[in-house]
Amino acid sequence: MAVDSVRARTESRVRARGVSRGWGLCACAFLVGSLVVGLGVGPVAISAGGIAESALSHLPLLHVHSPLSSAQEAILWQLRAPRVVLAALVGGMLALAGSAYQGVFRNPLADPYLLGVAAGAGLGATLAISLGLAGGSEQIVPVAAFVGATVAVVCAYALGRSAGAARGTGALVLAGVTVAAFMTAIQTFVQQQHTDTLQNVYAWLLGGFSTAGWSDVVVAAPYIVVSSIVLLLHRRVLDVLSLGDEEATSLGIDVRRTRLLVVAAATAGTAAAVSVSGLIGFVGIIVPHTIRLLVSTSYRAVVVLSLVVGAGFLVLTDVLARTILSPAELPIGVVTAFFGAPFFAVVLRTSKSVR
Amino acid sequence: MIELRDLTVRFEGHVAVRQASFAAEPGEWIVLIGPNGAGKTSVLRAVCGLLPFEGEILLDGHDVRRLGRRELARVVAFVPQHPATPAELTVAEYVLLGRTPHIGYFSTEGAGDRSAAAAALERLELDAFAARPLGSLSGGELQRVVLARAIAQEAPILLLDEPTTALDLGRQQQVLELIDSLRLDGLTVVSTMHDLTLAGQYAERLLLLDRGAVVAEGPPEQVLSAANLSAHYDARVRVVHDDDGIFVLPLRG
Repeated sequence: MAVDSVRARTESRVRARGVSRGWGLCACAFLVGSLVVGLGVGPVAISAGGIAESALSHLPLLHVHSPLSSAQEAILWQLRAPRVVLAALVGGMLALAGSAYQGVFRNPLADPYLLGVAAGAGLGATLAISLGLAGGSEQIVPVAAFVGATVAVVCAYALGRSAGAARGTGALVLAGVTVAAFMTAIQTFVQQQHTDTLQNVYAWLLGGFSTAGWSDVVVAAPYIVVSSIVLLLHRRVLDVLSLGDEEATSLGIDVRRTRLLVVAAATAGTAAAVSVSGLIGFVGIIVPHTIRLLVSTSYRAVVVLSLVVGAGFLVLTDVLARTILSPAELPIGVVTAFFGAPFFAVVLRTSKSVR
Repeated sequence: MIELRDLTVRFEGHVAVRQASFAAEPGEWIVLIGPNGAGKTSVLRAVCGLLPFEGEILLDGHDVRRLGRRELARVVAFVPQHPATPAELTVAEYVLLGRTPHIGYFSTEGAGDRSAAAAALERLELDAFAARPLGSLSGGELQRVVLARAIAQEAPILLLDEPTTALDLGRQQQVLELIDSLRLDGLTVVSTMHDLTLAGQYAERLLLLDRGAVVAEGPPEQVLSAANLSAHYDARVRVVHDDDGIFVLPLRG
């Protein structure tokens, strides 16, 4: 009896922390708040109550009447909503992919573009824009970017594997750098040969959501949803990998297959995000690290919260990008770095648990 | 029960282990000794599936090659010489990672896993440490936590690579006593050890390796002879036997 009660007491202490209720609520509140701000702020301000009632009026059987004018309705649901939803999807995906890459490569500086996704997507988009493929259809640029990103990562993975499976992740990262450098060279060459489209290419590379529509959401969402589910399911395994390849192997994990699966999922999601938003830096580093510093270094917390906080973070950043110089827009990548870096510096300095 | 038959391990062009054979029963503690580079660690790494090998390794009668990675991890727990101990993981979280071979790839631990981890913590008298981060522990405490993770794995065979490196003498003795008590629970323990006196005091049987081959095997008083140590360690020693055991004392030349 006494033994049982001791065991019960010990068992009650044996918990993996994961996401505590408090932090979970904080993150969700942050996301909801960001969405409301994203939908409400702009040349035509719409109140939170108006957004809620309008949303309810679109649901059947409730018989709620929207208080918004038809112009406001159109602005809300045809302009801002797709933009906000796309920013949330892209932000969540980039932050989640960043945390997954950091876990699987055990490198805190790994980002979603580590294995050449950015360079590949840039080359694909540049080819599509410069060679006029985009003339016929707007849809071809994201597709070309997606294909370019995937080709880059497949090349990097193949090169890394052939160069040194035994050397572990180092060879893979170097392969990514090599492929990225090569693709950037080609991209720059193509760009220089087609100076007439230079501005379009440049605008795409800088990234942004100014032209976002529901079609972009439809293009990117399936990849992002599937990729997110796969990565979220790996949250415990990523903690096991933090013990190193050998110890993870001796605990029964097939490290190589795990790495391939995580890289494939993170890449597909990142490529889809990049293809509809261009290159938005810093999200995949700043969001996971802020969570590590504030909440926990366990991937059970980092992976889950990165998705939620990353979504809210990019929605807010997009609001800044389109309001600071209104009616002009700043490239969102400039905003993520300009506000993200100092914010990160503050977190870094004030956190007690910096390693 | 662990049985090695003509184990040969090659890597990067050289032979690390050459036709080594030995067997250990449940409750037995075998210590591998030998000079640096003799192949001690390679034997352990081959057994737990980290190195390819020739020959046969049987664990509880099962051919290692026929076991999947997870199945193998349920039979053998391995503690490397320098285990990774992420500073911010709590003791409980770290010990729960030892349950990995029993948890589905995409799932998280259940009540049974928490109960096994709690039992391991109690077994090593670590229950009060459950919520402490690993970074706040001393070397001796950390080594106990690492052992607890291996115990939580609930494998009948325990492989320990230099379990007392970086510990002071008192902490070395505590850890070795602890391993000895685990052996009495019925585990088969195979470890490497560089301190020959401690090896002689705790092991039931010693296996002396030199350049990958088993050159002596048997009870400590037989293996730890001045002649053996001179021949294979290139060391001048005096070996003292008395009622308290066997002592290997280095002599200056």
